Amino acid sequence: MTLDIRDLVVEHRSPGRPVVRAVAGASLTVSPGEVVGLVGESGCGKSTLARAACGLNPVTEGSITFEGRPVAPLGLRRRRETGIQMVFQDPYASLNPRRRVGDQIADGLRTARDTAATPADLLERVGLPRDFAGRHPHEFSGGQRQRVAIARALAARPRMLIGDEPISALDASAQAQVATLMRDLAVDAGAGLLFISHDLSVVRLIADRIAVMYLGRIVEVGDTAEVWANPRHPYTRALLGAIPRPDGMGVLPAELPGDVPDPANPPGGCRFHPRCPLVMDVCRDEEPRFGPVACWLHEAK
Amino acid sequence: MTSRSVLDISGLKVSIGGREVLRGVDLSLAEGRVHGLAGESGSGKTMTGLAVLGLLPHGARATGRIALGDRDLLTLPPRELNRVRGGEVAMVFQDPATSLHPMLTVGRQLTEHMRHHLGVDKAEARARAVELLGKVRIPGADEAFGRFPHQFSGGMRQRVAIAIALACSPKVLIADEPTTALDVTVQAGVLRLLRGLCDELGLAVLLVTHDLGVMSAIADEVSVMREGLVVETGPRGQVLREPAHPYTRSLLDALPDSSPEPPGSAPEPPDARTDSSPDSPTGETA
Repeated sequence: MTLDIRDLVVEHRSPGRPVVRAVAGASLTVSPGEVVGLVGESGCGKSTLARAACGLNPVTEGSITFEGRPVAPLGLRRRRETGIQMVFQDPYASLNPRRRVGDQIADGLRTARDTAATPADLLERVGLPRDFAGRHPHEFSGGQRQRVAIARALAARPRMLIGDEPISALDASAQAQVATLMRDLAVDAGAGLLFISHDLSVVRLIADRIAVMYLGRIVEVGDTAEVWANPRHPYTRALLGAIPRPDGMGVLPAELPGDVPDPANPPGGCRFHPRCPLVMDVCRDEEPRFGPVACWLHEAK
Repeated sequence: MTSRSVLDISGLKVSIGGREVLRGVDLSLAEGRVHGLAGESGSGKTMTGLAVLGLLPHGARATGRIALGDRDLLTLPPRELNRVRGGEVAMVFQDPATSLHPMLTVGRQLTEHMRHHLGVDKAEARARAVELLGKVRIPGADEAFGRFPHQFSGGMRQRVAIAIALACSPKVLIADEPTTALDVTVQAGVLRLLRGLCDELGLAVLLVTHDLGVMSAIADEVSVMREGLVVETGPRGQVLREPAHPYTRSLLDALPDSSPEPPGSAPEPPDARTDSSPDSPTGETA
């Protein structure tokens, strides 16, 4: 098991505000060569989980281990764990606008003490011409920038790649391409990939397993095909039902009533019960703390 | 359905710095219809929307004709144009977090242009604003009036932005990627709202989006743009199910989910709009 997240709790504290439990007891594992898609609405804690897995957010409770060792919080200058690399959401913000992309990719190579490869090799691997290494980020389109960001992450020879909504800032035409590219490169390198997205159709395309997150907890985990064909948690069903299909039929997608509740003040019992169409009495009183489907309708016998 | 054409764009060409971004676009928006405009980024779909409002970037030169009734928006003097935009033609932008002013209350942003365009007094503007907030289904419209944008979630903010656009009862609404920044579940709500308002108020909507799923859900007519030209236009069913142009086909094929619907998806809600437009020739039998 490469990345093992157990009962993770991450709290955001800010003065004068109540403590927000962004992740409230989530468990997830990612094996080498495996692609896990993490989906959920915004504000459900997916990004916090990813950032914690990479040491960017301090852990309040629970544990995150990578290859048996706990993931240390990221220091100011030194980073011990370079086996986990992250690709961020917005390539317009994650690349340094004042440095040539080749230099930025070379940073990754230096971390991995890789003297054989050159930035141009990595650009080639992500499908960009070799001579782009001398250019600055503003000379690229969004999709190309994200490819550069992926090249930079790969340069450090990660054994785990984390993509935090890496495609949501891109065009529809580039989204599927970049997602497939990430999958192929991670799998080729034998690294695990934790791919976070709110776009279920892309996750379906590239992920081996899907984890669905709601308000800080993972409510359903399963094989992609299985979850897609037979979503069991009412929330997963609602998410899949909300995707509009380009079939030209003019069917408005089903609406899930209400908004994600405030994570500072989550509802008691099952976190989904105020919006759940199949709510029962037990849901209001007790939180389902089991997997792979955290719903009282699917309690393990 | 015979619907009157409200806005006619013909032969619209826009060039910026000597480069032609739009190379002769023809579009026509009709009352109570949603016209979807699809295409990759850089194909000029946003520029088309901006040109209607005279919001093109500096140094852009537009030729052709954008007819709103008997006026040509391209040759209208600025004073006249100011009366049109925000009034008769309104716009909803992609990201409600940046299109709303963070330091003004929602109420202020809702009433400001109402008082300017319609010349209503403060109390009346407020009453209208609260009514609008209710119409876009914001809970507690009365309290919401005094709140700031950051106190709303993304979906609610976009609803506020739509309410602002609707405040002066426009004839034409230009929605530039209105749901791209939102989650699927929230998107479903906003799409329903847009469609409902279009049917109820007889708005002519130009929906700019790259998401063909969104297009399929609410657009009546679909135009596909590429490199500044409209390559295909037609009723939704026809364009999305039997694309005539190879580029449209390649766009549809590029979608990760081109297979028929997933077998286990949620059952269709009873009120789902199953093709109410009689002019979609393919219908359900295809």
